[in-house]
Amino acid sequence: MKKIRVFCFVLLVLSMILTACSGTKKATTLNLYAWSEYVPQQLLDDFSTKYGITVNYDTYSSNEEMLAKLQAGASGYDVIVPSDYTVAIMIKQGMLETIDTSKLANFGNLDPRFVNRDYDPGNKYSIPYQWGTTGLVYDNILVSSEPKSWSDLWDPAYKDRLVFLDDEREVIGMALEVLGYDRNSTNPDELNQAEQKLIELKPNILKFDSDAPETAIISGETWAGLVYNGNASLALAEDSNVAYICPTEGCTIWFDNLAIPKGAPHMDTAMLFLDWVLDPQQSILITKEFPYSNPNKAALDLLRTDDPALYESYMAFSGTNPDDTFLANTKPIVDVGEATAIYDSLWTDFKSK
Amino acid sequence: MSEKKPSLWLRIYSILVYGFIYAPILILIIFSFNTQKLNVHWEGFTFHWYGVLFNDAQIILATRNTLLIALVSTLVATIIGTMAALAMYRYRFPLYNASETVMYIPIVIPEVVMGISLLVFFVMINFNLGLSTITLSHIAFSIPFVALVVRARLHGYDKSIDEAAMDLGANEITTFRRVTLPTIMPGVLAGAMLALTLSLDDYVITYFTAGPGSTTLPLRVFSMVKTAVTPEINALSTIWVLIIFILLLIGQIVQRKKA
Repeated sequence: MKKIRVFCFVLLVLSMILTACSGTKKATTLNLYAWSEYVPQQLLDDFSTKYGITVNYDTYSSNEEMLAKLQAGASGYDVIVPSDYTVAIMIKQGMLETIDTSKLANFGNLDPRFVNRDYDPGNKYSIPYQWGTTGLVYDNILVSSEPKSWSDLWDPAYKDRLVFLDDEREVIGMALEVLGYDRNSTNPDELNQAEQKLIELKPNILKFDSDAPETAIISGETWAGLVYNGNASLALAEDSNVAYICPTEGCTIWFDNLAIPKGAPHMDTAMLFLDWVLDPQQSILITKEFPYSNPNKAALDLLRTDDPALYESYMAFSGTNPDDTFLANTKPIVDVGEATAIYDSLWTDFKSK
Repeated sequence: MSEKKPSLWLRIYSILVYGFIYAPILILIIFSFNTQKLNVHWEGFTFHWYGVLFNDAQIILATRNTLLIALVSTLVATIIGTMAALAMYRYRFPLYNASETVMYIPIVIPEVVMGISLLVFFVMINFNLGLSTITLSHIAFSIPFVALVVRARLHGYDKSIDEAAMDLGANEITTFRRVTLPTIMPGVLAGAMLALTLSLDDYVITYFTAGPGSTTLPLRVFSMVKTAVTPEINALSTIWVLIIFILLLIGQIVQRKKA
């Protein structure tokens, strides 16, 4: 019997240690669930100091990962950062709390061009955090003639000289546009033609890399590629010959958004945080740290005086500040529902060829 | 044993095997001192990334979480696993074979399945996800490993030693403490080491059972790799390799002293 008592005692002590450690819950906490390296630490620290709120910043590495976890019933998160198409899915499934933008004093700071988009009309469930495009990057010096359209990449001169994102929707979408179809097509026939078209391009593609495709451009290993604007910005920072365009057929625009999952334990704190992020003083921290585009107009105006050099380069580069012709040519990726399976199998088939 | 030298081919083969295992780690360590942020090619020597690492509040928090979970889960899993092994060794009971098979299921079951089932379970009983759920899950998957190792150690164990101790007046607890435990100690320690390693680098199950504020090092590193591979990750890995190397060294020295 004594043994059992000792064992129970050990268990009791352990559970006490555990609860003591996990029980550091102050009166107010904010549980942020976001991409890693996506929210500046200083922004969080200042928020903590100002309001006396503990911020827990947990990370995920893809929309699907976050979605899977919340769908399985994980709760406790107050603010999440889903991309546009994921917002649409989550709205459809009733997974998001509504956001009353009239209660956000700083909502008006956002550029009118980047609010009220199709994935969340009226911004009832989400507010844009960062945005960007997926386009064509190339090294001016290495290419013999500057590409203007995606179809230029089929030129045999590019043999083994292209780097592409390892992203089925972006790559198949591009091929669909080259063929003159919609980039979100769900028509199996059009999709098959897109795969055939891509197989012709295969000899030119040296590698698929979603994590750091810019390295292949910087090292000169590849001359051009299909990358996110952030990759293009990073490449430009190391190599001034890098150019980034939206080819004639069109390219993708994406938004990452702040949203509040259903049943968030600290709704008021979450709203406070949303407003905090929209504050120009805080918002410029994001642009100073990350190579994407900021939808906050007031923040960019502040950046002009705060860090003129960064403002200059931000405004001058098509990767961060695309002009209106570039933007007019962009289209979002939307959830294709059941057709996702066709995309998956085409992609696997294409990559194995 | 004769002092025969291994053949040339065996030597070349061995070097290749060692090289295959250790060359990537060596390269990783070298590149932790690289000045270039994108870490594409070598630019120059710096300790900068170690500074960044030690000032990274998220990494420090994740390290704390990881160590806490690993230590608690190892301790509990080692106790329960050893007890289970002893019980299976000593007693025969109804459904003995079935319970033995069931106990080892966590070893063969895909981690994803176990992760999802634990998550669904915790959500169903309304248990808040966090450090405690991760720890409980780690205990759950470590127990069979400890039990397996301890049972292997018990395989040649002579029951009559226990009986002799009790004949000489020791009660059950004294027998366990002074006779049984010292004999199976190498097995228990090996089991504990296994549990510790499993807990330290578990990703899948931890991912599913993690809640707000309980990000562990593997979760953190994995999400960092996805967005920004900087030499900071190399620096972090270098420190881990170093710690493990020192631990192994200490283990070797202790063993040699005993011998």
